[in-house]
Amino acid sequence: MMRDQKLWTWHIAAGAVILIFLGMHMTVMHLDGVVRLAGLNPAGGHPVDWANVAARAKIAFFPVTYVILLGAALFHGLYGLRNILFELNPRRVVKTMVSIVLMVLGIGLFAYGAWAAVASFTLARAA
Amino acid sequence: MSTKPTGEVSYRIRRFNPECDAAPHWESYTIPLLPGMTVLDGLWRIKETLAPDLSWRSSCRMGVCGSCGMLVNGRPRLACNTQITELQSDTVVVAPLPNFDIVRDLVPDLAPMFAAHQGLLPFLIRDDVAERESPTAEFWQSAHELEQYLQFTYCIKCACCMAACPTFATDALYSGPMPLAQAHRYNNDTRDGGFAERTQVLGGEAGPWRCHYAGECSRVCPKGVDPAKAIQLMKRELVLDYLHLRRKYRPALVAPKPTGGKRREGIADAPARTV
Amino acid sequence: MLETKGRSNRLGIWGWLGGGRWGAERYLYTLHRLTGLGLLAYFLMHIIVTSSRALGQASWARAIGIVTGPLFKIGEYLVFMAFAFHAINGVRLAIIELGFGVGRPIEPVYPYRTSLDVQRPLAISILLLAAILIAAGTYNFWLLH
Repeated sequence: MMRDQKLWTWHIAAGAVILIFLGMHMTVMHLDGVVRLAGLNPAGGHPVDWANVAARAKIAFFPVTYVILLGAALFHGLYGLRNILFELNPRRVVKTMVSIVLMVLGIGLFAYGAWAAVASFTLARAA
Repeated sequence: MSTKPTGEVSYRIRRFNPECDAAPHWESYTIPLLPGMTVLDGLWRIKETLAPDLSWRSSCRMGVCGSCGMLVNGRPRLACNTQITELQSDTVVVAPLPNFDIVRDLVPDLAPMFAAHQGLLPFLIRDDVAERESPTAEFWQSAHELEQYLQFTYCIKCACCMAACPTFATDALYSGPMPLAQAHRYNNDTRDGGFAERTQVLGGEAGPWRCHYAGECSRVCPKGVDPAKAIQLMKRELVLDYLHLRRKYRPALVAPKPTGGKRREGIADAPARTV
Repeated sequence: MLETKGRSNRLGIWGWLGGGRWGAERYLYTLHRLTGLGLLAYFLMHIIVTSSRALGQASWARAIGIVTGPLFKIGEYLVFMAFAFHAINGVRLAIIELGFGVGRPIEPVYPYRTSLDVQRPLAISILLLAAILIAAGTYNFWLLH
C-alpha cells in the first residue's frame, strides 16, 4: 500500500488535472450559452442531444481527454472518500477492506468508462 | 486585582468524578466578580468557598506553563489568560478540553498527545555524538536561520490546538497540530539532521496529510505559534522530498574558535574554566 | 499513565461541523468536504449513465430519458454549484497546502497575525471567483435553457 506522502501528492496533482479537464467539460455542458465556442456543440440545441454527443465522439480529442479526466477524477474522489472514512478511526481490518473495495471500484469504473469512450469513438467514426 | 466586587458572575462547570458519577454533568456556582479577574481566579474562588473537590490543572497563572487549557464558553483557552469580562457574558461555561479522555472534572488525559509528540523525535538528531555529549563550542546558526523555526518554539504544549482540530476530533491516529508543528520546528532547525528519521513517521498516517487547513489550531493558540502554518510548510518539504527535489542540508557545523586576533593591551585574560 | 481508563471526550463528527464560534476557514473546510462527497456520488452514477452512448443512439436516449425531469435539473444545478466551489476552493487549498501564501515564520507579537490572516485575501478572491462561476452557471441553467 502506498504511503500517504505519495498518495497525497498524486491527489493534488490529480486535482490540478481535473481543474483543467472538468473545467472544459463543464464549459461545454453547462456554460454553452455563456461561452460560445464553435465546434463544441455543432448541432446547436442541448449539449446532451445525440447529434452533439456523436459529433464530439468523432473528434479524438474528446475520448482522450475523457479517459484522462475519468482516471484523475476517480483517483481524486475515491482517495478523498478513503481519507474521510479513515478519519472516522475504524479498525485496521476495516481499513484494509475499505482500501480494497475502493481500489476495485475505481479500477472497475475506469475500465468501464474507458471502454465506453473508445467504443463510442469507434462507433462515431464508423457512422 | 482590586478587592471591591463589581457584581456577580455565575460559572457553569462540567463536573465528573469517576469514583461516584455515572456521567459528566453540569453544576452552577455564583461568585462575586472582581475587576481583573481571570477564569482561573474564579475557579480558585469556587474551590475555596463553594466546591472544595473541584479539580483542574494550573501552575504559573501567567500563560507560560500550558497547564490550564480548558473549553471556556465554547473555545479552548488558557483559564489564566482569559479575563472574565473579555467573555462578555454573565455566565462562564467551563468544560474539560475535548478530544482527550477526562480524568476528573476539568482534567484531560494528555498522554496520547505527548506520545505522538515523542514519536516524532522532538530533539536534535545529529551524527556527531561526541560533540553532542561533550560540546566544545556552539553550533553556528545565523539570525535568519533562527527565524525559520523560532516561532514554533514558543509552544507551551497546552493542547488547545488539539482540542480545536476537526481531524483530531475523530482520528486518533492523526498526530495533531502540536506534535506536527514541533516536528517541523526540528526539521527546520539547521542544527538538526533528522529529517529522514522523522519522515518515517511523517510519511504515513501520523503525518500531516489529514490536515485540511481548517485553521482553528492557529486561531486558538495562546502563544501565536501558528501550527497550521508549520504544517503547511512541512507538507511542502515532504512533497519535495517525495519528488526528490528537496535540497540536501548538512546540519550546522560547530562554530570555529576565533584564531589570530590580538588582545588589546591592558585587558586581563579570562579566568580559567571551572566546568 | 492513568491506572483506570478515563472517560472518552472526543467530539467525533461534531468536531467536523464546528460549534458556531469558529472562523470562516473552518466552514470552508466543512463545505469543501460536503461538496466533495456530493460530487463523488454524482460522478459514480454519471459514469454509468454516460457510458450508454457506446451502444448507440437508442441506448443513449434511454439513459437520458431516465435522468430528465425538474428534479434532475435541480440536482444537476447543485452539482454545478458544488463543482464551482470545490474546484475554486481546491485551488486555494492546493496553493496553501504546498506552503505558499501562508507567510513566513515570524516572531509572534500580540495581537498575533497568523497564516489565516495572511491567506485571507486569497480566500476572498477565490470565493469571488466561485461566485462569478456560479452566476454564469445560474444564467446558463435557468435563463437560457
